[in-house]
Amino acid sequence: MDIITKPKLSRRIWDYALLTILAVVVLAPFLIGLWTSFLPTMQIAKGNFLSTQVSFQNYIDAFTQTPILRYLGNSLVISTATMIAQLIFCSMSAYAFVFLKFKGRKFLFGLFLATMMLPFEAEIIPNFQTVKALGLLNTYSVMVIPFLTSAFGVFMLRQSFMQMPIELKEAADIEGLGHFQFYWKMVLPYNRIPLMTLGAYSFLGAWNQYLWPMLTTFSNDFRPVQNGLRQLQSEETFNDWGMIQATAAIVVIPTLIVLFIGQHYFKSGVNEGAVK
Amino acid sequence: MSITLRNVRKDYDAQTEVLKDISVKVETGEFFVIVGPSGCGKSTLLRMIAGLTPITAGEVSIDETVVNDLPPKARKLTMVFQNYALFPFMNVWDNVAFGLKARKMDQADVKQRVDEALKMVNLTELAKRKPRELSGGQRQRVALARAVASDAKICLMDEPLSNLDAQLRIKMRQEIYALQRKLGLTLVYVTHDQVEAMTMADHIMVLNDKHVQQIGTPSDIYQNPANDFVAKFFGTPQINILNAHRSQTDNHVLNVSSDLEIALDEEVPAENVKIGIRPDDMKVEATESVEANATVKNTEFLGDETIIYATLNSGEDIHVVVPGQVNYRIFQPIKVSADSNLMFFDTEGNRMNISKEAYVHA
Amino acid sequence: MLKSPAQSTPTTPLSVEKTKSEIADQEAKFTLNAKDKYFAWAFLGPSLLILGVFIFYPMVKTLYLSLFLTNTVGKTTVFVGLSNYINLLTSADYLSSLGVTLFYVFAVTIITIALGLVLANLASKRLPGIGIFRTLFSATMGVSVSVAAIFWLFIFNPSTGFLSLASTWLHLPQIPWLTDPTAAMWAVIVTTVWMNLGFTFLILLGAMTSVPTTLYEAANIEGASSRFQFFHITIPSISPTLFFVSIITLIESFKSFGLIDLMTKGGPTNATNMLVYRIYKDAFYSGNYAQASAESIILTIIIALFTLLQFKVLEKRVNY
Repeated sequence: MDIITKPKLSRRIWDYALLTILAVVVLAPFLIGLWTSFLPTMQIAKGNFLSTQVSFQNYIDAFTQTPILRYLGNSLVISTATMIAQLIFCSMSAYAFVFLKFKGRKFLFGLFLATMMLPFEAEIIPNFQTVKALGLLNTYSVMVIPFLTSAFGVFMLRQSFMQMPIELKEAADIEGLGHFQFYWKMVLPYNRIPLMTLGAYSFLGAWNQYLWPMLTTFSNDFRPVQNGLRQLQSEETFNDWGMIQATAAIVVIPTLIVLFIGQHYFKSGVNEGAVK
Repeated sequence: MSITLRNVRKDYDAQTEVLKDISVKVETGEFFVIVGPSGCGKSTLLRMIAGLTPITAGEVSIDETVVNDLPPKARKLTMVFQNYALFPFMNVWDNVAFGLKARKMDQADVKQRVDEALKMVNLTELAKRKPRELSGGQRQRVALARAVASDAKICLMDEPLSNLDAQLRIKMRQEIYALQRKLGLTLVYVTHDQVEAMTMADHIMVLNDKHVQQIGTPSDIYQNPANDFVAKFFGTPQINILNAHRSQTDNHVLNVSSDLEIALDEEVPAENVKIGIRPDDMKVEATESVEANATVKNTEFLGDETIIYATLNSGEDIHVVVPGQVNYRIFQPIKVSADSNLMFFDTEGNRMNISKEAYVHA
Repeated sequence: MLKSPAQSTPTTPLSVEKTKSEIADQEAKFTLNAKDKYFAWAFLGPSLLILGVFIFYPMVKTLYLSLFLTNTVGKTTVFVGLSNYINLLTSADYLSSLGVTLFYVFAVTIITIALGLVLANLASKRLPGIGIFRTLFSATMGVSVSVAAIFWLFIFNPSTGFLSLASTWLHLPQIPWLTDPTAAMWAVIVTTVWMNLGFTFLILLGAMTSVPTTLYEAANIEGASSRFQFFHITIPSISPTLFFVSIITLIESFKSFGLIDLMTKGGPTNATNMLVYRIYKDAFYSGNYAQASAESIILTIIIALFTLLQFKVLEKRVNY
């Protein structure tokens, strides 16, 4: 943001130094975690943080002695299913609000908006009773069905659907495209970027679910990774810091990679959905 | 295919009337231009013909069949939009093929038509490009190619050139005209640009303030405008519209101001009138301040002619076009005169001395 | 120069673009397709069903439960009106939870925003290689709650943790991070801020980089210091975004659960027993569904108020 007038060298060095220091501080928990994941637990317990006995043993142990891969697999299934469902149902709802004229449109949209004010955390008691009554406890479905749609997603997609030139709809009308065709062939491809953004959000949202899966799953067959890590960490025999750190690293590295690739979409999504 | 509108009206709600009682017939193979200032309802009228906007009252017919209740696709027409309505995620070829595929046309047929259409608008080489990789003029051509590829014989265009720069506009104007003639399209073309209307139209409909002001050929409309609005709308620079009255001593003399009199062959038709004089029908001469009836405000040299902006002693502004270059100072006193080539309007702005039938026909 | 009439002839009108609203309006009056309403049900149906079953119904049910006493399986027994609420709002225990939550929420929000601003301001400088720093600063976005908890639990671990080691090396007094009430609260705050930082940074950076550079150029010509520019150009320019992230952070912090459960379990001595954690424990440990429902309603009211505030401000932004 500084005007490009060849800033003084000392000023530049100061900027880089500050940036580097802050980067180290922000990344410190990663670095500490990653470093200890390569150390034998014995060395960590002795406080020998700078031990040179670096190895992949903790990772081997994590993969062979814990169900961490199962947890990751569960989370992958749940998050992918949630993401696909939200992409479909949110875009369909947004389509109705933008391209269909019907009585009560404003009221229904208000209703959707209103759900954004109601925290899911405050509704766990009846929701627990509902899924219990439906016999869904301890399944994948229980972690997907309540999140098949999201008011935020509908709101965000509605904003971007409204940006489409109305002439595209008129052109489609002249060619005789029905609503389903226009939705599928025009609206979805036209809004690829907001859809990718919503996809990233819903995936991460599902991935980070904690309270709901904790209430509704009680076996490693279905437990997603967040609750799986909790399970590992709370198991009494599990005081193996090196291996705990290794499991955390196994979980965080793929997300970091996905994040760095998808960063652009997160940013644009927030700007679309909220600040515009 | 011809298009007929009978007493067509459009209200958005009980209070807002957009178009009043529009009747017109567009003949088969005709280039018909609807022109008017922005907000006059011309795009709404076009959308009503397309079936994109329902009409409040009246009848729209295509080839003498009333189509009021037919959806757009059943009206067998194509439309070219101001922003081209290209699908950004499809390449040029697919954009052109889109309508044909939507109508489930046979694959081989689609290919042949699209290729032909692209060839006709010189886009064959760019068939695989995405719209964002095209210039404004090329996008415009894709939109045209869509209309060309369709077998519909009616084409509606909504300000198709207004997003292009001035030079490109002239070029595309000629291309559109040539295509229309070649394909024998019945073309309804909406624009705010009087030059486009004058240069392309077989007939022009002038729309303003919810009403049809005049329908006629370009020369009709220029030479015999139905009212001062139409007179002002066509011709650059604009016609001078001045208040004037009949001389009390001579019925053949018109007083624009006490020191600008125009002698006429005919009688001045009413005591108080408005007159329209095209800027090139006026003359200007430098003079002693005693004889002067105006002062120069500004001059613009355009190369082959000069526009002089001046204020009459009565306070009314006029502009005059004179050939070649002339040099006047600002505030220089001048003497303005006019020959008898002028139009009379009544104080409401309606044309006088001309029968109604002379201009309401199409 | 005087404006010439030649320039104002209809050849070049001021506005030829049809305004969006004009066309949207036309569209809204479009009545040819009466079948739209069937499509509407088809398109909206699935979402309405889900929202109905998992958002609206439970809200009503929660409200209903909060007006009764319940048995251990959550069946209502006696109607008690508002007394669950009265009991809560007069219980020192609950009020302390409320206080703890408010402290946590505001501490997290203020610190997150302040640090986010510092990072974003630095990273918005046009320096070679700045992209690397931008990526690094946003890295915590990829950290899920349990991973963050594990990283920080190790750092805060009283015997073998990083901070304890560091204190030993530097001969500083040991702080019993997770067993002292005040320290535990700060441990949770620090962890939350760290988790939030990546997202906040990214959003603020986006806003800062879209401030027109001409504003800074003008300020530089006037000789304004960079500090002055930050407070008088950057902050006002990004204020809508700043407001947006603040509210989001606030709302999300009110809903904190995972970190509490993983790091402190509400302790020590209820020092971090925040609203959602309380609801969970009262309902699913103590079986006091009625009271947990009343707590849920109170939480909903708080969050709804902040969300409404956000909508209000957002609406202004959208319409201006």
